[in-house]
Amino acid sequence: MRIIVCVKRVPDSESRIAKAKDGLSVDTQGVKFVLNPYDEYAVEEALKLKEAAGDGSVSVITLGGEESKETLRTALAMGVDEAVLLKGQPSVDGLGTAEKLAEAIKGREYDLVLFGKQAIDDDNLQVPAMVAELLGLPCATVVTELQVDGGAVTATREVEGGHEIVEFELPGLIAAQKGLNEPRYPSLKGIMQAKKKPLEEVDAGDAESRLEVVEVMNPPVRAAGQIVGEGADAVPELVRKLRDEAKVI
Amino acid sequence: MTKFEGVDYYNVDSLLSEEERAVRDTVRDWVDENLLPLIARCYVERRFPSELVPQMAELGFFGANMPEKYGCAGLNNVAYGLIMQELERGDSGVRSFASVQASLVMYPILEFGSGEQRDYWLPKLAKAEAVGCYGLTEPDYGSDPGGLTTRAVKDGEEWVITGTKMWITNASIADVAIIWAKTGELDDPESIRGFIVETDREGYVASDQKGKLSLLASDTSEISLQEVRVPAANLLPGSSGLRSPLMCLNQARYGIAWGAVGAAMACYAEALSYAQNRLQFDRAIAGYQIQQIRLVEMLTEITKGQLLALQLGRLKDGGKLRHAQVSMAKRNNVNMACEVAREARRLLGANGILVEYQSMRHMANLESVYTYEGTHDIHGLIVGEDITGLSAVT
Repeated sequence: MRIIVCVKRVPDSESRIAKAKDGLSVDTQGVKFVLNPYDEYAVEEALKLKEAAGDGSVSVITLGGEESKETLRTALAMGVDEAVLLKGQPSVDGLGTAEKLAEAIKGREYDLVLFGKQAIDDDNLQVPAMVAELLGLPCATVVTELQVDGGAVTATREVEGGHEIVEFELPGLIAAQKGLNEPRYPSLKGIMQAKKKPLEEVDAGDAESRLEVVEVMNPPVRAAGQIVGEGADAVPELVRKLRDEAKVI
Repeated sequence: MTKFEGVDYYNVDSLLSEEERAVRDTVRDWVDENLLPLIARCYVERRFPSELVPQMAELGFFGANMPEKYGCAGLNNVAYGLIMQELERGDSGVRSFASVQASLVMYPILEFGSGEQRDYWLPKLAKAEAVGCYGLTEPDYGSDPGGLTTRAVKDGEEWVITGTKMWITNASIADVAIIWAKTGELDDPESIRGFIVETDREGYVASDQKGKLSLLASDTSEISLQEVRVPAANLLPGSSGLRSPLMCLNQARYGIAWGAVGAAMACYAEALSYAQNRLQFDRAIAGYQIQQIRLVEMLTEITKGQLLALQLGRLKDGGKLRHAQVSMAKRNNVNMACEVAREARRLLGANGILVEYQSMRHMANLESVYTYEGTHDIHGLIVGEDITGLSAVT
C-alpha cells in the first residue's frame, strides 16, 4: 500500500493571532507553527494502514517555503517514510494549491491520497476535493471511519445529523475528520530518525491565486455581559431581551 | 484539556534547535494530555501513576540522552533537560521516577558496567521492562555518603551485601537496585563499589516510607539488605570509590536543575491566569500593584533559571561541564522554584491550598527536591570549595 499524505504548516491553535502591518495578512512574529491538526489524523491513518498491511510506504507532501521542512519533519518523526517539499507559496483560494499538489502527485505511484479535511488557518475546505477532481479520483471528505480491504474502501462520512457510508475502489482520496483516530506523538527516537529520512525538494513555483485579499480584520470584540436583575422578577426583562435584542427565541 | 503555552519572556526558544523544540513539544503535549488529568488524584491517593510508565517508555523518555544501540534516542543533553523540565511541570515525583531510571540506574551501568551488563540491562531499562532504584543514602549518612556502613563481603563467587538504605525513590516497585557498599574497611570510602542487585533476591526488603508530606505521587522506601547474595558478575567493574556514586548524582542534579524550572513555570502560569480572572473589589487582582510585582519577580527568576539551565546544557554537550557548575544550577533553580511555588500559592488565596490547583502540590514537592540529591546548603559548599579552594566540611 503506497500512501501519499498532503499536509500544511499552520499557526498553532493556541497562538494569539494579530494582523500584520500591511493589513492583508497575519503577523507571524512570535507565532508558533505546527502540522495542521486535521493532517495529523491523516498521517496517523496512513501509518495505521501501512502497519496493518505489513508493507508499503507513506510519503508526505506540502507546498510551502523552507520553513515547511519543519512541518514535514514532524510527520517524519511520527513515522512517515519520506517527504516532499514543493517549494512555492500556496494560493489564497484552494484551486492554485490543488493544481500544484495534483501535478506533483500525478507523477508518483500511489494507492491512496490522504488529507486533513481542512487547514485551520484559512478554513477553505477546498483542496482535497479539488485534487481528487484534478486526478480523477473518487473522493470521500469529512471521514471519521475508514476500512481498506484489499482494493475496496469503505469510508464513514460525517453529514448533518448523521453518518453516510460510501464505498469505492482504490486508487482514491480521503479527507480526515477529527475522531478518525488518535494521532500518535512523535517519539523521541522518531524525532532523531526524522532528519536521516529522505526529504526531496521540488521547485514548484507559487500557486496561481484567482482571489485577491483586500483586507484582513480582527473578529469583533465581544461585548460585556449584562445583568438584567435578580430572581423571578428579572425573567420578563430577560425574555424580552432574548427575543427583541438577541433574537434567539 | 488546556494546552500549556510555555513561559518564555526572553525568547529562549530561539536558542533551541528544531529538534530540541520537537522533543520538548512531544513531552509537553504528553504531560498536558496524560499526566495532568490524573496527577491531583494520584497525589491525594498517595500513589505513583505507574500506569503512565509504559507510554513514557514507548515515547523514549527513559535515558533519552544515551546511545541508540541500547534502544535509547541518543539525544543531546539540552533535549534531555527539556524532557525533565516538562515532566516536572507535571509533577516532581514523575520527574524523579525518570531521573532515577536514567541518571541513577542506567547511567552507572553505562559508565561503570561490563559489556554484558550494558547489553542486558540498558535496553530493558529504556523500555521500562525493568524499573530501577538507587541505594546510596543511609539513615545516618546523607550529606556525608562516604561514611556509609553497608558492606559487601566476597564469599567464593558471590558477594554478600548487608546494610540499610533510606529515602530510596522507586525501591518498592523496582526490579533492580544499584547498591553502593564498602568492600573494605568502614573508614575507607575508596572501597565503595556499585552492585546490581535484583530485588527478588533473598534478604532484599523494601518498605514504604510512611508519613511523607511531600512527593506523595512517588514511591519512597527504605531498603533492608540482610546478607543478600549476588554473583560476582553483578559488581559494576568500573566503579571505584566514592567518586563513582557522586558521578551518578551529578547526572541527576543536572536533570533537576532543568526540572525545577518546569515546576516554577507551571506555578507562574497558574498564578498569572488566576490573577487575570479573579475579581476582588470589582476588578481583576492582576491589576493590583502587589500581585504585579509578585508575578514580575516570579517571571524574572524563571527567566534567569531557564538561561542558567540552557547554558549548563550547552557546557555539558560541549564536554566542558564542571560539577560545581551543576551544583550552582541545582541550588539556584530549585530554590527559585520553591520561592515561585510559594508565591503562586499565596497569590491564589484560599483556593491555593486546594489540590485542584497545582501550586501547593509543587510547593510541597519542591521541599524534597530542595533537600535531595545534595541539599541546597551542601551545593553551596561545593561551589564554595570550588571558588576558594577550601573545603568547609573536611
